[in-house]
Amino acid sequence: MSLSPLQLCLLFSSALFCVGLIGALSRSNTILVLLGIELMLNAANINFIAFWRFGPAPAAGTGVVFVLFSIAVAAAEAAVGLALVIAVYRHQKNIRLQEANRLKG
Amino acid sequence: MTLAFLAIAFVTVAAAAVAMALRNLIHSALLLVFNWAGIAAFYLWAGAEFVAFSQLMVYVGAVSMVVLFAVLLTQRSPQSFREQPDSISRVIGALLVGGAVLGVLFGAVLSSRLAPSAATATPTISVKELGSLLMGPHAAALLIVGVILTVTLIGAVIIASTDHAESGKDES
Repeated sequence: MSLSPLQLCLLFSSALFCVGLIGALSRSNTILVLLGIELMLNAANINFIAFWRFGPAPAAGTGVVFVLFSIAVAAAEAAVGLALVIAVYRHQKNIRLQEANRLKG
Repeated sequence: MTLAFLAIAFVTVAAAAVAMALRNLIHSALLLVFNWAGIAAFYLWAGAEFVAFSQLMVYVGAVSMVVLFAVLLTQRSPQSFREQPDSISRVIGALLVGGAVLGVLFGAVLSSRLAPSAATATPTISVKELGSLLMGPHAAALLIVGVILTVTLIGAVIIASTDHAESGKDES
């Protein structure tokens, strides 16, 4: 069984994506859900770098540029998400997902 | 070469898995710092040095601090950072969904005939080339990211800031 390096990188990133997905679905703490989403974003960035490194057209630096923009947007997302967590905590003194059900019909 | 990659991948995935399984929030956040540093090591291994250092500065430096501050600010009792256990059905459902997605992804990757890397010439991109790419063809995106970051910063401060006047009005 011979896996090419590109396939190894893709397996690595899909494992990381699934760890993030399981964390985001199973935990009831809002901060951990947000961290799971960050893990999934990082797995997507790994894919960009892997295809840039082992892909057919590495000369164009599009993958690297895309990852840079993605990191910037992820940082913004983390800042807003954690600010929302703090706002939710101020309203209900708790950040469990199950108790943030004020909009539930 | 491959051995280094396997070591990096194992440490990164293991840190993420343990972080997602722990009860203690502080330990989870610190393990995720390991995970992000491992991803930066992967970028270094792949030859994208600038991205690796951006990952180190943004994630290991900044996002981890924001996460730790959020954890500290949202604890009721400063003694225990342990949270209540999650419901079993939720965990089982998440494991089923995650395992199914993992199976689909692994099957797709293993069965696909990806083009083998021709001659494995390591592509290098210097910071100068990256800068001219960012300022040339991607200048509009760079400006938009700047606007997004500014709006995000202001919005985060407004969302998280205390609203004494409003809450006082509500109580009266």
